[in-house]
Amino acid sequence: MPLLLFLEQTLNGLQFGVTLFLMAAGLTLVLGIMNMVNLAHGAFYMLGAYFAATLVPITGSFLVSIVLALAGAAAVGLLTEVVALRTLYSRDHLDQVLATFGLILFFRELVKILWGPIAIFMDVPALFSGRVEIVPGAPYPVYRLVVLAVGVGVGGFLWWLIARTRLGMLIRAGASNREMVGALGIDIKLLYTLVFALGCGLAALAGMMAGPLYVVDIGMGDDILIKTFVVIVIGGIGSVRGAFVAAIIVGMVDTFGRILPSQFGLSATLAEISIYVLMAAVLLWKPRGLFPAAG
Amino acid sequence: MISSLDRSRIFVLLLLAALALLPIVATIGGEEFYIGQFRRILIFAIAAISLDLILGYGGMVSLGHAAFLGAGAYVVAILVHHASEETRFLGFIPGTFEPLIAWPAAMLVSAALAFFIGLVSLRTSGVYFIMITLAFAQMVYYVFVSWRAYGGDDGLRFRGGDTLAGFIDLGNDVVFYYVVFAVLLGVLYLGQRLVKSRFGRVIEGCRENERRMRALGFPTYRYKLTAFTLAGAVAGLAGALFATQESYISPSIMHWTRSGDLIIMVILGGMGTLYGPLVGAVVFMLMEKFLPDYTQHWQIVFGPILVLIVLFARRGVFGWLLPARPGGGGHG
Repeated sequence: MPLLLFLEQTLNGLQFGVTLFLMAAGLTLVLGIMNMVNLAHGAFYMLGAYFAATLVPITGSFLVSIVLALAGAAAVGLLTEVVALRTLYSRDHLDQVLATFGLILFFRELVKILWGPIAIFMDVPALFSGRVEIVPGAPYPVYRLVVLAVGVGVGGFLWWLIARTRLGMLIRAGASNREMVGALGIDIKLLYTLVFALGCGLAALAGMMAGPLYVVDIGMGDDILIKTFVVIVIGGIGSVRGAFVAAIIVGMVDTFGRILPSQFGLSATLAEISIYVLMAAVLLWKPRGLFPAAG
Repeated sequence: MISSLDRSRIFVLLLLAALALLPIVATIGGEEFYIGQFRRILIFAIAAISLDLILGYGGMVSLGHAAFLGAGAYVVAILVHHASEETRFLGFIPGTFEPLIAWPAAMLVSAALAFFIGLVSLRTSGVYFIMITLAFAQMVYYVFVSWRAYGGDDGLRFRGGDTLAGFIDLGNDVVFYYVVFAVLLGVLYLGQRLVKSRFGRVIEGCRENERRMRALGFPTYRYKLTAFTLAGAVAGLAGALFATQESYISPSIMHWTRSGDLIIMVILGGMGTLYGPLVGAVVFMLMEKFLPDYTQHWQIVFGPILVLIVLFARRGVFGWLLPARPGGGGHG
């Protein structure tokens, strides 16, 4: 493989990896701390993209739109948690799967009513629309680099939040022993709501950044949700660090899985299944993922 | 006074009688359209019943059951496709039009697939199990999406394969309906025998408390794997019937949301009852068919209803008829 193609694909893989990480971080926290399977996480990815795609023409500013769309998605997440999901934490996984599947149907149809069934195309913001030569002779889209930077930035922020703040301490404590945290006088319900809204915000951020790269449509949350699950399972449920490492690995494998077969004259048939093979292999080796969370 | 057990038995008999009479009533009423519609429902009921074996009785929350349905359907589609092209699958397996060969082949392939997926998945439990079954199903889905020789994303249309045993014409709506109905009865009967057998008891024991079953000396992993494989085979049979009915197959049959639909059917009707999934399939698919007539956006109503069912009525339609199981009728 030519070196330049290799570099380009590496960057693509990293960029897809951080997108997956934004999805996985919220989901793995919800799963690890509240023991809650949330299939509706992809809906927030979709909502983020639709919110941003609608706001950009209105506000005229990509940044303002992103902030508003983030707040909007987090608010919807908050509402969903309070209205529907809160009572499900103590239920078994089957109930959670079913109820959140119901939420998927609801949100998909809501989006279809509000925005119509046709896909929306989002422009790359003018500021980042150019290309830059990181290495001579290989122009690379600025926007993808921005996505990469935002992902890494959010990763750093989450690390700080979880490892260095009081809120993070409570989150970690809640993951290890939720009864104890409650007994110590912490409002665990409020904590859960906040964590859930944070997760929704991150998913929405991933969605709105993916908007200009792919296409904004109703199915967009479904496929990435499954890949996010793969990331979480490989990383170890409840571990944000594991989610980051696994997201990068999966992003790389997925990207090169598409490129490599054609390089060797093979058909791309096996591209889509590479990450599932990876997951099965990891689980045979480490049944609880690469970084099993304590507790 | 009628006990609740009798009540459920009467309900089942009435339902089966209604399904048995349906083609006759529909033909007299000039509404032949319903025959195909209900045949489709019965086919999905078979798939839902197979899921109930592992979900309801075994407590295995598999979110990838549609993969077995799809694999079975593709086996039939591919065999018929090769038979009409007069070519061979992978260069050496000849195609066939005969459902008596194609359907068992579909069961065999789905069973093998379920065996291998179960082999890995059943080592895990809880959330991991849900996600792994989901991921494996997605893997199978993508194999067929990218398999250009069999239509890839666009699906595969085929002709033929609708004469059973050389003389039963499945192209006839009514005849095919009764064939599917007979298969359904067979699956219900064998399922009933199975869950009442020692094997069925062990599977239920695994759901209630797997550790205790192991302590009692049962190799629970092998039991669960056997149940998983069996359920896969029956789902494969449903898929085979589906392919024969539609003369067309596309990967969308095994999209993961289809697995979600199957779980809904099982829960809607009543989990761990075998007849419940039949009721659930009828209710779910009639809603899916007729609610769009009232509002195009029926899912915006159905989604929240699903949430409400989970929150308040999780024993399903059938649950109202049956007495509460000792121990609260919970599942693991």
